[in-house]
Amino acid sequence: MATTDIHLHHDVHHHDDHEHEHHEGNFWTKYIFSEDHKIIGKQFLITGIFWALLGGTLSVIFRLQLGFPDMDLSWLKPVLGQWITPEGKLDPEFYLALVTMHGTIMVFFVLTAGLSGTFSNFLIPLQIGARDMASGFMNMLSYWFFFASGVIMFSSLFLETGPAGGGWTIYPPLSALPQAIKGSGLGMTMWLVSMALFIVSSLLGSINYITTIINLRTKGMSFTRMPLTIWSFLFTAIVGVLAFPVLFAAVLLLVFDRSFGTSFYLSEIFIGGEALANVGGSPVLFQHLFWFLGHPEVYIVLLPSLGICSEIISTNSRKPIFGYKAMIGSMLFIAILSFVVWAHHMFVTGMNPFLGSVFMLLTLIIAVPSAVKIFNYVTTLWKGNIRFTSGMLFSIGMVSYFLSGGITGIFLGNSAIDIHLHDTYFVIAHFHLVMGSASFFGMLAGIYHWFPKMFGRMMDERLGAIHFWISFVGVYMVFFPMHYIGIAGFPRRYYSWTNFETFDGWADLNMLISAAAVITLSAQFIFLFNFFYSIFRGRIAPANPWRANTLEWTTPRVPGHGNWPGEIPSVYRWPYDYSKPGAADDYIPQTVPFSETPESNLPHENEMIKLESSNGDGPIIVEGDKH
Amino acid sequence: MTSVIIILSVVLILGILYMIFRVGNLISIAKGRNDASRVEPDNAIHAFLFIVFMVVGLIGFFWYSYVNFDRYQLPIASEHGAVTDRLFWITMAVTVIAFTIISIVMFVFLYKYQYKEGRKASFYPDNHFLELTWTIIPAIVLTLLIITGLRAWNDITSPASKDAEVIEIIAQQFAWTARYPGKDNQLGAYNYKLIDAINEFGLDLGKDKNTYDDFKSLELHLPVNKEVLLKIRAKDVIHSVFIPHFRVKMDAVPGMSTQFKFVATKTTEEMRTETGNPNFNYELACAEICGRGHFSMKMTVIVEDQESYDRWKASQEAWLKQNPDYLKNVPAELKEAAMIKAGIEKDPGAVAAVLE
Repeated sequence: MATTDIHLHHDVHHHDDHEHEHHEGNFWTKYIFSEDHKIIGKQFLITGIFWALLGGTLSVIFRLQLGFPDMDLSWLKPVLGQWITPEGKLDPEFYLALVTMHGTIMVFFVLTAGLSGTFSNFLIPLQIGARDMASGFMNMLSYWFFFASGVIMFSSLFLETGPAGGGWTIYPPLSALPQAIKGSGLGMTMWLVSMALFIVSSLLGSINYITTIINLRTKGMSFTRMPLTIWSFLFTAIVGVLAFPVLFAAVLLLVFDRSFGTSFYLSEIFIGGEALANVGGSPVLFQHLFWFLGHPEVYIVLLPSLGICSEIISTNSRKPIFGYKAMIGSMLFIAILSFVVWAHHMFVTGMNPFLGSVFMLLTLIIAVPSAVKIFNYVTTLWKGNIRFTSGMLFSIGMVSYFLSGGITGIFLGNSAIDIHLHDTYFVIAHFHLVMGSASFFGMLAGIYHWFPKMFGRMMDERLGAIHFWISFVGVYMVFFPMHYIGIAGFPRRYYSWTNFETFDGWADLNMLISAAAVITLSAQFIFLFNFFYSIFRGRIAPANPWRANTLEWTTPRVPGHGNWPGEIPSVYRWPYDYSKPGAADDYIPQTVPFSETPESNLPHENEMIKLESSNGDGPIIVEGDKH
Repeated sequence: MTSVIIILSVVLILGILYMIFRVGNLISIAKGRNDASRVEPDNAIHAFLFIVFMVVGLIGFFWYSYVNFDRYQLPIASEHGAVTDRLFWITMAVTVIAFTIISIVMFVFLYKYQYKEGRKASFYPDNHFLELTWTIIPAIVLTLLIITGLRAWNDITSPASKDAEVIEIIAQQFAWTARYPGKDNQLGAYNYKLIDAINEFGLDLGKDKNTYDDFKSLELHLPVNKEVLLKIRAKDVIHSVFIPHFRVKMDAVPGMSTQFKFVATKTTEEMRTETGNPNFNYELACAEICGRGHFSMKMTVIVEDQESYDRWKASQEAWLKQNPDYLKNVPAELKEAAMIKAGIEKDPGAVAAVLE
């Protein structure tokens, strides 16, 4: 720790000396190829917003087809060109491409890179008391690999054969054979290349997050004093480091099958009038490899949101988060279990039924820590003094979605029930609520909450509230009805249901869903306006607008390079001393030593006072056992 | 012209909204913010809206689910379907109770503990008893669900009985074909390399005598109340056999044979009476994305009593009979047997033509 400190102090001087002539003047090094974690976080955020908008728009286009199948879509011709048939309908193959790209964009570009990329980068150094990430250069590379990956994915939208169209899970042989679907031509190649770059970006980022959290915590910031946000980012990064390489392997083998004639996933195929030579491969192998990433990915997407909301709910309830250690424990448990449940996506793929039994058991176990988290959130609200800031509203929305979406997981994790529900709209409803909307709301909550620290200004609270209520109700209107349609057996990824008498109902609900989707997407423009307007014209933010305890609020209004002018503050307590009995105000920042708050100290905290200044020149780390 | 008007009106509306926003901002600045208050003025409104949301949402949920029950609950027409549906509704009862209680508690807390000037929140960081309770209770409930689920799953996936009716179903872009074993009740061997435009099963006539009387059907005929073992395979990409009324779903995977056994409990006729729809038909759909025509991959399923089923089977011509040209792939010494098995009449001319 001492060496780190010396290094850091050296760093301060370095920046103090050079900041003005070097960092301020050059647009390229400050905003483009920046190595500052705050700028990189904002880069991820803005790019993520772009992708979210695109992914959302794609979904609304295919929702138009599903909700209003008779609608004349010729007006989209200027944008979509040949993908609109002469009769003014969406091309069925392009419909599949839309579904595929919507999934890919939302899961990877928005909820992985946009969420972790933004908040891990922005918050980790600020909340643990570090000058910057462990490796600023790797951090910069992480963003630019992500950017390059995005450019490739975006370009694939403009191919004549269209982008990848085999579903975001890209199951071979469909994704391996260009004869099978147009999107498996160049579009799929670009998807694979883009994803390979994305994985590189994700790994560079995750390694950095882990290293920073372990090594660069400020004096006194023991693991048990870290905010839950940091814990969630740490678990997310570890899960990412372990899971993404497997996707890389899966993608690589698929590239071999597509381009070099191997047969990892292909066997006994007769297509386009000829029998292919490939024998001995297994399509199910790909599914195992894919879901070995794919399922942890769900938690890569969800955990940061859980962390962010823990922080926001505690701050705005003016109460400590209930069961801090249980929260960490349940996240740890979820992170571990996330690696042993992947095959619940594959109950009816022809996998050995015995495996189905094992994975059903493990899957339902994961419901326990998830339930604990929900109970803890609700108890945190109990006897609080709740402020409904925009961030708080979105956090509540996230808990609500996590509950209603998580509960349907108990159906789908049960292999016997899953037989009927697998690949129906019930699944769509489930994961869009629990993973999509919950994480997305966590991300929005985070943006509203930390906007003052990012840009030094406040977002408009009233617009935030309008944005929340339309989105909150809108998302429920979109996804809740899908449960009924799913129970009725409607399969997903269907361009239209009119071919089947069994699925020839529910036009009413489908219309409702589509209308709600349009409204919900429109409401996001309120956010966009609020966001960009507030960057330039928002009310100037106080240094600590939410009266929060964590370290980032001890920085200046707009933290400069190095985050704190002068020394990095030391930490003396956990981050959740809200409304402590006896304390003058309803919050005590982490930087306030116990020696200054004798009126509110608990007995064991009084004993820690003497440890605070026993080291002469400053406090030492105290591995404090809280309660 | 209309599009110009639309664009102009959109711009106008956005402009008006922006003006409202600016005016609102200016008013709040002119009024001066109440700095003593730590919350926005509409804090209480949100608390109230959450209660409204909860009440309307829960009532809407229960009312809609009750009124539309027969619309979303497909009639069950298989033995295991009754089991899985019962599990489904047991799970539904358990989760809906939990969901309702937690939702009510959460939204009521939001209302009850909304910000009040001068009140201090309770410092309540943990309670081991509570935490232990709500870890153990879900664990017990889940264990019960797991046990019942496992039992059902093991029954469904257990091996089919020896006298089950074996039918093969083959998926390809974008159609289903069924192959019946014929009189010998044995499906003949196939080889994907022998597939061509006519021999769509890839029947290996040269190797397996059981192929001679196999026949093809574009409709799936099933006997009622008899165990059926569907042997499933795919020619090109992954598909998935999905028969909603039977609660049957199993992927069709190229290069790997899969299967699903079930017992249909209601004939098509019975279902027509039950649903009051004289045109009712069971349908088999594809549930795994397979390309452009994924949404149109349909096969009609006909369930009939044993007698009509047998009659239907007897009336079907063997594939080899329909395509006698393929006799050339049958080894010379077996041709006679093949013709007898396939029911090809001994027309000397035809045989001579084949033998040439």
